Amino acid sequence: MKEYPYSEKKDTRSGFGAGLLELGRTNPNVVALCADLIGSLKMDAFKKEFPERFYQVGIAEANMMGLAAGMTIGGKIPFTGTFANFSTGRVYDQIRQSIAYSGKNVKICASHAGLTLGEDGATHQILEDVGMMKMLPHMTVINPCDFNQTKAATIAIAEYEGPVYLRFGRPAVPNFTPADQKFEIGKAVMLNEGTDVTILATGHLVWKAIEAGHKLAEKGINAEIINIHTIKPLDDAAILASVGKTKCVVTAEEHQLNGGLGDSVAQLLGRNLPTPLEMVGVNDSFGESGTPDQLMEKYGLSTDNIVAAAERAISRK
Amino acid sequence: MNPHNKSIDELKQIAAQVRRDIVRMVHAVNSGHPGGSLGCTDYFVSLYFSVMNYKPQPFNMDGEGEDLFFLSNGHISPVWYSVLARAGFFEVAELATFRKINSRLQGHPATEEGLPGIRVASGSLGQGLSVAVGAAQTKKLNKDNNLVYVLMGDGELGEGQVWEAAMYAAHNKVDNLIATVDRNYQQIDGGTEEVLALGDLRAKFEAFGWHVLEADGNNFETLLPALEEAKKATGNGKPVMILMNTEMGFGVDFMMGSHKWHGVAPNDEQLEIALQQLAVQQASDY
Repeated sequence: MKEYPYSEKKDTRSGFGAGLLELGRTNPNVVALCADLIGSLKMDAFKKEFPERFYQVGIAEANMMGLAAGMTIGGKIPFTGTFANFSTGRVYDQIRQSIAYSGKNVKICASHAGLTLGEDGATHQILEDVGMMKMLPHMTVINPCDFNQTKAATIAIAEYEGPVYLRFGRPAVPNFTPADQKFEIGKAVMLNEGTDVTILATGHLVWKAIEAGHKLAEKGINAEIINIHTIKPLDDAAILASVGKTKCVVTAEEHQLNGGLGDSVAQLLGRNLPTPLEMVGVNDSFGESGTPDQLMEKYGLSTDNIVAAAERAISRK
Repeated sequence: MNPHNKSIDELKQIAAQVRRDIVRMVHAVNSGHPGGSLGCTDYFVSLYFSVMNYKPQPFNMDGEGEDLFFLSNGHISPVWYSVLARAGFFEVAELATFRKINSRLQGHPATEEGLPGIRVASGSLGQGLSVAVGAAQTKKLNKDNNLVYVLMGDGELGEGQVWEAAMYAAHNKVDNLIATVDRNYQQIDGGTEEVLALGDLRAKFEAFGWHVLEADGNNFETLLPALEEAKKATGNGKPVMILMNTEMGFGVDFMMGSHKWHGVAPNDEQLEIALQQLAVQQASDY
């Protein structure tokens, strides 16, 4: 099992803030909008350095999505910033009509996704956002795994023409991917080549998948671990190649099983390569208040849950 | 510069032809929204044949160096399609495809099929003002001194997003924007004051920090000066709102003043009566 040393833990939202600041310096068309959450979204630095390209919208997310759609007309590239809940469910129709159906080049940047929001509880812990966004035609859905990857993804989506949903989170997690990585939308990242089971993980679950890989190795199981940072478009070729080799698969995500990465993988395999599939995610339930670690444990998203899922998948071969 | 720059007499003839298009388009597919389309015809004809600075060909999505128009109450697409075609954005013959399969003229305006003149989809109400404000802010960033126009229905003001955008536009001094509310006092289920009273819209928008004008939307002699006054009011630190009184179904007597013709097409006999009332000197029906 390949080692992934890291020097520090950092939050993915800070990766977004760092990427946005760099974009401000390199791309004069990038503008940023925020709905009264500048500190939470780490947009302070961009606001300070580029005040003429920063728009404080107030607590009015529906208006923010419409503004962003309109700002594209004339060549700007708007990045909207608020919590994942208010970036999706609250404004679904605005995104659907004014952004996705209208093909607008808006980057919807969403922090505090999933259970790891923690103590604020289920009102804010959206676990349905990936499903809502991936159902929209024209929408690209990205969920990077650490600070460096979120920064790279933020920079990469400015170069891509079209609407993007970029999902990240609040807690500090191991920052293990290279600082100089080139982020390729829709291209899965191989983390460990193996032969016994494929583990497809996204977002915060990627590090847990690596931890699970070490535990599986101790049991003599050689897991292939792939970081699926782009849920739509899915890297079909990489997934089919891996699963064709290992003959069983586990998906892991901080999201409802309905509509998430596992759901997309099930569709892909069902059509092309029926294979034993186990899914780690939230099973048709809302979250609750607690620490991130407590919540990930209680709702079945821990490292040990991935290990157990891998063993179940192997037993079904 | 407006590419047509028509006189009032010419505008009246164009408006009658557009109204003929509207009733024929909705009759042909037995669906669509004639009432609000007929009521707003004179406004659209004024913008596209006299007031706005734009180039119909080639259509440029970014619209730099041009005035922009957004339709928030997308259900009155028939009037917009007719005016766009007659202003030169696409062939008038294409109006015959309205609401039919494989058409660029969708039931509600869309960009998906690439119809020239449309810059954002609308239909789900309450979104157009936000889009227009965003486009106006991009014009400011680009140092483009042209204006952004947006039309909303009055019933549409029930949508909360409209008021979010109204607060934002005033707070941010988006003064290169001329919004218009089609104040016809009608919505699907009845009168606006009966369904959900809008009350004193002038007082409401003024309280939100807008410069408010009123206009008669079915009289070119007063509508054109009102639009010029609105233009003069731009650039003064406030977004501009025209409360435009119109009569739903204007021009066809049996359709006038009733919400019943919001979304109903005329039958064969009603179409003939409507076309007789919408006489033009030289009809050029598609």
